[in-house]
Amino acid sequence: MTDPYVRIRDLGVTFTGGAKPVRAVGGVSLDIREGEAVALIGESGSGKSVTMRAIMRLNPEKRSRIEGSIHVGGHDVMKLGARRLARFRGAEVAMIFQEPLLALDPVYTLGAQITESIRRHEPVSRAEARARALQLFERVRIPSPERRLDSYPHEMSGGMRQRAMIALALACRPKLLLADEPTTALDATVQIQVLLLLRELQRDLGLSIIFVTHDIGAAVEVADRIAVMYAGRIVEEASARDLMRAPRHPYTIGLLKSRAHGAMVKGARLDTIPGAPPDLANLPAGCAFAPRCFLAADSCRRDDPPPLVALDGGRTARCLRVEHTHPDAIGTPAH
Amino acid sequence: MVDATQTATAPLDPVAAPVRSEGYWRSVWRRLRRDKVAMTAGGVLLFILSLAVFAPWIAPQDPLHGTMLMRLRPIGTEGHILGTDELGRDMLSRLIWGGRLSLLMGVTPVIFAFFIGSAIGITAGYAGGIVNTLIMRTVDVFYAFPSVLLAVALSGALGAGLGNALLSLTVVFIPPIARVAESVTTRLRSSDFIEAARASGASALTIVRVHVLGNVLGPIFVYATSLIAVSMILASGLSFLGLGVRPPNPEWGLMLNTLRTAIYVQPWVAALPGMMIFAVSISFNLLSDGLRSAMEVRA
Amino acid sequence: MSPPDTSRADSARPLNGAGEALLTVRGLKKYFPIRGGILNRAVKRVHAVDDVDLEVMRGETLGVVGESGCGKSTTARLLMELIEPDEGELIFDGCKVGSRELPLKEYRRQVQMVFQDSYSSLNPRLTIEDSIAFGAQVHGTPKREALARTHDLLARVGLDPARFAGRYPHELSGGQRQRVNIARALALRPRVIILDEAVSALDKSVEAQVLNLLTDLKAEFGLTYVFISHDLNVVRFVSDRVLVMYLGKVVELGEAERVYTHPQHPYTAALLSSMPSMDPDHRTEEPPLAGDPPNPIDPPTGCRFHTRCPSIRPFCATREPPLADVERDHAVACHARVPASGYHDDAAAVPDPEKITA
Ligand SMILES: Nc1ncnc2c1ncn2[C@@H]1O[C@H](COP(=O)(O)OP(=O)(O)OP(=O)(O)O)[C@@H](O)[C@H]1O
Ligand SMILES: Nc1ncnc2c1ncn2[C@@H]1O[C@H](COP(=O)(O)OP(=O)(O)OP(=O)(O)O)[C@@H](O)[C@H]1O
Ligand SMILES: [Mg+2]
Ligand SMILES: [Mg+2]
Repeated sequence: MTDPYVRIRDLGVTFTGGAKPVRAVGGVSLDIREGEAVALIGESGSGKSVTMRAIMRLNPEKRSRIEGSIHVGGHDVMKLGARRLARFRGAEVAMIFQEPLLALDPVYTLGAQITESIRRHEPVSRAEARARALQLFERVRIPSPERRLDSYPHEMSGGMRQRAMIALALACRPKLLLADEPTTALDATVQIQVLLLLRELQRDLGLSIIFVTHDIGAAVEVADRIAVMYAGRIVEEASARDLMRAPRHPYTIGLLKSRAHGAMVKGARLDTIPGAPPDLANLPAGCAFAPRCFLAADSCRRDDPPPLVALDGGRTARCLRVEHTHPDAIGTPAH
Repeated sequence: MVDATQTATAPLDPVAAPVRSEGYWRSVWRRLRRDKVAMTAGGVLLFILSLAVFAPWIAPQDPLHGTMLMRLRPIGTEGHILGTDELGRDMLSRLIWGGRLSLLMGVTPVIFAFFIGSAIGITAGYAGGIVNTLIMRTVDVFYAFPSVLLAVALSGALGAGLGNALLSLTVVFIPPIARVAESVTTRLRSSDFIEAARASGASALTIVRVHVLGNVLGPIFVYATSLIAVSMILASGLSFLGLGVRPPNPEWGLMLNTLRTAIYVQPWVAALPGMMIFAVSISFNLLSDGLRSAMEVRA
Repeated sequence: MSPPDTSRADSARPLNGAGEALLTVRGLKKYFPIRGGILNRAVKRVHAVDDVDLEVMRGETLGVVGESGCGKSTTARLLMELIEPDEGELIFDGCKVGSRELPLKEYRRQVQMVFQDSYSSLNPRLTIEDSIAFGAQVHGTPKREALARTHDLLARVGLDPARFAGRYPHELSGGQRQRVNIARALALRPRVIILDEAVSALDKSVEAQVLNLLTDLKAEFGLTYVFISHDLNVVRFVSDRVLVMYLGKVVELGEAERVYTHPQHPYTAALLSSMPSMDPDHRTEEPPLAGDPPNPIDPPTGCRFHTRCPSIRPFCATREPPLADVERDHAVACHARVPASGYHDDAAAVPDPEKITA
């Protein structure tokens, strides 16, 4: 088997700026092959964005402590010098955000921003860079791209802005695209357009994608594999198909069940996960999910967090009682 | 962020009186106390203020009389630690006494302008529409004048004297405070909780009293504190022109101006009143900066 | 806490079908002026809500869906009388709102609203209990009584009053704050609650808790909900009837299951098939609706959807389709659905919107 394109090992991020250290990411390991799309799902505050920012070394270096290793395409990200890091961001890895307005510069036209970004990384003429910008706009399906290159971010609708940001991210032909909730602010009809665009880019350009979302539906539309995060750890990782068919970690089971979906009986109650996510500055001993878990036993609340358990089909779950969630053990979960 | 320790110890009896969270101003004070810069600035101000208040007991000599024999003595002179001025009066005593008038001229106009300007700005901001346009255009007319010019013109028209100087400074500071109050209120007016209050049928006056004041007075106050320094400098300008404090009364601005001519003879002595003005203004600025960040709830 | 007497009767009524209208809206219109130029005059107008008629039945949940910017929130704010309509009237329980029988203040007691942003809808300087008690005090309830009721309500929405009443909004999580907002909306014992994206900002697991709470409260107090959301699954789950808006107009209104399974308007069909499929083996292949919505400043003539409609006829661009019943309790504004519209006289085959769904 070839080496994965992205290889994250035991990534830990602790923010030390506040009164108490906040362990936002506590030992994340993740591999992504070339041309693969992986979705990272989980509740707000579970450390998805912090993980993504760690891959680009965007977390505030002074106020955070980072452990573990990250390799992307042969680069050891933790050891990159300032020069190489600048090249790495953009030409190797690019990122898109939930709110394009904050990421795009309001005083320059989109065309100017894309040409500038291309010329910063590659020695090409202005005309050539602009031609490439136009191609990118066509690629991400912005209507009347020629004219749109000369418009400012605020003159575009939300969906168009998001597509423009994707074009900007692709300007230097990165091989890995980090998408942090790119469709959360969009409505259904535009969301599906952007999701399909991401999938198309993955297929046509061989792009690897890490797609952060808390909408499982969106994750299923783009991702080959899904990793579920809870309180700073990946608690379950499986192919999209396996995860949807038979979730194995109790948190994933709860998450899938609590969704309102399809033709449910009117007035029926949704299954909910009781309680609230833990305080990251004050994590409980043992499994962080244990206080809310329907399966938790005493062993779950003791000392160390549970190890990753490898299950058949190349999937993993971080749960001591994972054998109790086997489809034969509890019957097929919802869906 | 939910405070876990507090919730864990709270009794679960629903009829018991609720655990009161630390009040807003208490939490501001707690955060302010941790801000070393702001606390130092506050300490400096408190020190200068108490010097001024207790001047009769603290000042070693008479600030109004001196002997011409002892003119313009340098810092460290026997009996005059900070030297003497051009009439041979003790600088230390004059600086201590001068704090009274200077602080009065710096703080009083801002306090009055704070109340009047806030009332004008909040009314305009909450009313919106035509009322806003009328009030704010009028305010803008005054705001368009440079503040020095306006202060001089007003006190000139009203005639010389301390009271008139204070009055004209107050008028000068109303427009900027009203503008800040208006913009803070306008921003607040469209927030959801004001809409929710309107949706419960409350009258405009009730909404302003319960929901608007608590949220806008803080930011306006912070802005106003930063004006105190400006006020002190303008006041000394007025004194210089003979429109404010009259000699021989000690006032830092006036002292600075009269000692200007002695700058080549005793540069350090001549600079002393300026240093006092500088210390007080910078302290007010640092304190209001600290106050501003302490008032951020989500910090 | 004992619910008001009327609610018992309300909750006994059938939830859908032959209810009677509690809130009727006729010809509601709101154009926002866009000011510009040297004189700050209105140079253009945003057609945010354009001639909307609707009825909210007693005891039902009316779901409202539509693209971003189609006027859902504006409609909600018009229903609350938070903004003045340019045209149109509201009739609540048989009385015209703002008339002598039903003054605005009284109407506002009957209709309450929950906003999307749980943080900005609470005054950061007031404790939770003061925020909730405010409304009742405005209506003349003495402070002690208002606070006692506040504590009841907090307990009812699942927040222990002893622990939460004295806290400030920033000390609560998003889900807890949204419960507080719901408690505040309930404090005046309203009959209608308008929920504008009330669960959209919450995590999925918290969203489920709040949705369950809304279901319980509805049964307990006999409430009527207007539920605005862009999450089509949630709207389907909570709604008895669904209203679909496009660019300031109602394009479809009908019984929820019927609309979801047999959408009649091509826009509704496209919207519904834009939902992520949830099945890794059958992912969506083509975006059901291409392009972006037209500008509400200058909406298309005729049928507003004609610029993106997969099955237009030339006259769709000139003639505006009225909202007409196609079956019982199901109205659609589309020429293709009305036999006498002249649409079918055109030679081309009639497209089936359900095909788009597939
Ligand atoms: N710069 C920072 N300093 C201190 N704490 C931080 C910082 N950035 C993030 N955190 C904390 O780290 C935790 C994880 O945050 P993160 O943004 O990764 O969550 P997320 O999973 O992306 O959530 P969401 O779905 O809300 O975006 C949070 O508790 C957050 O408060
Ligand atoms: N105060 C206002 N002034 C000017 N235009 C406004 C104002 N409020 C809303 N609009 C415009 O009216 C239209 C309808 O807005 P509205 O907020 O009702 O949409 P919505 O359906 O709630 O959208 P979303 O799903 O994004 O919340 C939009 O084009 C919006 O830009
Ligand atoms: Mg995030
Ligand atoms: Mg809205």
